[in-house]
Amino acid sequence: MVDKNQQVIDKTLEQEYKYGFTTDIDQTKFDPGLNEEVITKLSRIKNEPKWLLEWRLKAFKNWKKMSEPTWAKIEYEPIDYQALSYYAAPKQKKNDSLDDVDPEILETYNKLGISLDEQKRLEGVAVDAVFDSVSIATTFKEELAKHGIIFCSFSEAVHDHPELIKKYLGSVIPATDNYFAALNSAVFSDGSFVYIPKGVRCPMELSTYFRINATNTGQFERTLIVADEGSYVSYLEGCTAPMRDENQLHAACVELVAHKDATIKYSTIQNWYSGDKEGKGGIYNFVTKRGTCLGDNSKISWTQVETGSAITWKYPSVIMQGDNSVGEFYSVAVTKNKQQADTGTKMIHMGKNTKSTIITKGISAGEGQNTYRGGVKILKKAENAQNFSQCDSILIGDKCGAHTFPYIDVKNPSAKMEHEATTSSIGEDQLFYCNQRGIKLDDAVSMIVNGFCKEVFEELPMEFAVEAKQLIEVTLENSVG
Amino acid sequence: MIKIKNLEASIDDKTILKGIDMEIPAGEVHVIMGRNGSGKSTLANVIAGNEAYEVDGGSISMNDTDITEMSIENRALEGIFLCFQYPVAIPGVGMAYFLRSALNAHRKHQGKDEMDALEFLNNAKAILSELGLDDSFLKRSINDGFSGGEKKKSEILQLLTINPKLAVLDETDSGLDVDALRTVAKGVNKFKNENNSVLIITHYQRLLNYIKPDVVHLMIDGKIVESGDMSLVEKVEKDGYSWLEK
Repeated sequence: MVDKNQQVIDKTLEQEYKYGFTTDIDQTKFDPGLNEEVITKLSRIKNEPKWLLEWRLKAFKNWKKMSEPTWAKIEYEPIDYQALSYYAAPKQKKNDSLDDVDPEILETYNKLGISLDEQKRLEGVAVDAVFDSVSIATTFKEELAKHGIIFCSFSEAVHDHPELIKKYLGSVIPATDNYFAALNSAVFSDGSFVYIPKGVRCPMELSTYFRINATNTGQFERTLIVADEGSYVSYLEGCTAPMRDENQLHAACVELVAHKDATIKYSTIQNWYSGDKEGKGGIYNFVTKRGTCLGDNSKISWTQVETGSAITWKYPSVIMQGDNSVGEFYSVAVTKNKQQADTGTKMIHMGKNTKSTIITKGISAGEGQNTYRGGVKILKKAENAQNFSQCDSILIGDKCGAHTFPYIDVKNPSAKMEHEATTSSIGEDQLFYCNQRGIKLDDAVSMIVNGFCKEVFEELPMEFAVEAKQLIEVTLENSVG
Repeated sequence: MIKIKNLEASIDDKTILKGIDMEIPAGEVHVIMGRNGSGKSTLANVIAGNEAYEVDGGSISMNDTDITEMSIENRALEGIFLCFQYPVAIPGVGMAYFLRSALNAHRKHQGKDEMDALEFLNNAKAILSELGLDDSFLKRSINDGFSGGEKKKSEILQLLTINPKLAVLDETDSGLDVDALRTVAKGVNKFKNENNSVLIITHYQRLLNYIKPDVVHLMIDGKIVESGDMSLVEKVEKDGYSWLEK
């Protein structure tokens, strides 16, 4: 039975990556290499204010003194930072009308299932489309502006809302935070900016769709979301990239700030190209994501579905500064073939009565390695802090691995901590049960895995829960994608 | 319906079934009784195609189709249904979703259209009320946190929904209180008709007070040593199995 199951699973793992196409367009691209001149040139192209260039250069100076972290349970060939290009953009400039966007690019997004045409767009979802280093278009801007909501590319925000950028950029993730965050701070090219004013509940889902297209280029986007007092926003990011033999670096930073009584819900569906069966190619995904619950009663909730990338290094975290603030992390991470994921979260309790929840589901198949690394820190002043952690892993086949590294640091004795962890194989008895009811093996695998992930999928906005479920099915089974 | 010829089977190189011959015609209910370890549950699993067991000889056929080498799901689709002794939990997979997937797999195999959600729901609700279960049962994850009684009722719900040709009840009566036992029996009686067959594996007479068997087989050490009518059950209840070994 094991052999037969393995065959089906192997077959399903050979599933083609359906977003692996490339778009042939005229582009402006920097020569490979990284130095102060490159950063200055990048800043000049974007017509940035002097303070921002200085901020970048300072980050670069720090980065040069730092070394790449080695504590994660991942193995990869050293990255040659001088061999990468730090800027690639379609030649046509961004414009207010979609008519000005290169039809090839619009077609690319259509193929990805993202229509930038507002008429055809999924109702209730506004999109910022980032193509390589630049934002191509942002939909529903006017509609959102009626509510005082700012949703635009990071580059636009630098020009149109410098006071907000200056105030919040680096306020959650300092430019010197870690090696990849410092690199991002020096060379970030674009990304999304969101500001929700006081008391406003954002009437639609906001989302950014990241697409890497250019060869030999790193993508370094930066996202900043600020939710002012009593506001609410739900934000989603999706990512895909062409299939290429070489590895490509993606080092993003996402900063979230929730003021008093505000809630930010941030969901990710990460489906970067993961490399082929032998582990050739794929995206190196080194991402720093962090949110601060600045005010009392604020809440930040991260939900991620990570199915792509050759390497995932990612720990969306929450600093609960305000009293009664809440941090949540829900994660599904799938590794197959030779993919490696080292992902988790950090929950830092500073305020009184702060509460955090961590629920992670790791799925390893093929030769995939899946690591949960999570830290819960209760600081001295955090009276009555509570954490609940549940980390479950499921193994498919016998060549993969699941690892769990929970770190707990409690400085206040009133804290309540709960930690549960399980690792199981997809049970032969579960498969037998499904098969006995006439359900085919690959359908049974997908059914069991989706059931395993249910608690996390329930946290996703409805439109995307379906997408996530399908993504898992396509990733793990042989259904037509 | 089902014909078993000189069936031999083993697990981990240990021979369990040592030549089983048995035929259950359509419309009949057969019972197998025997001590623990005599091979009753092994027979149920081998009929269902559980690949943890190795078939070393003999054959199984359903309506003249040899199914000895057939995959688990294909023999399920051919009409074999196993009421599990220990139904396994599948967390996060809802009863309704699971059951509808199973039913539609069968319907597809029979060349019928898939049943839509509404029709399925009405169908399932009718069965649920007969089993004394609440509609909310369909929203729960399969067998996850179910009581012993609920697990067995869930198996009967599935039996009545899928409506197979042969139902194999592997100690479905064990661990049930009288009320649950009656409910399960009621379900099986509702299922059975002149076109299908039932094979009951049990230790006790009590289920057979509600479901009348046509033939009773006694199994010892991987073989059927005696077949007869209901009087065999009474003899076993009274005298045990040792008289068969003389």
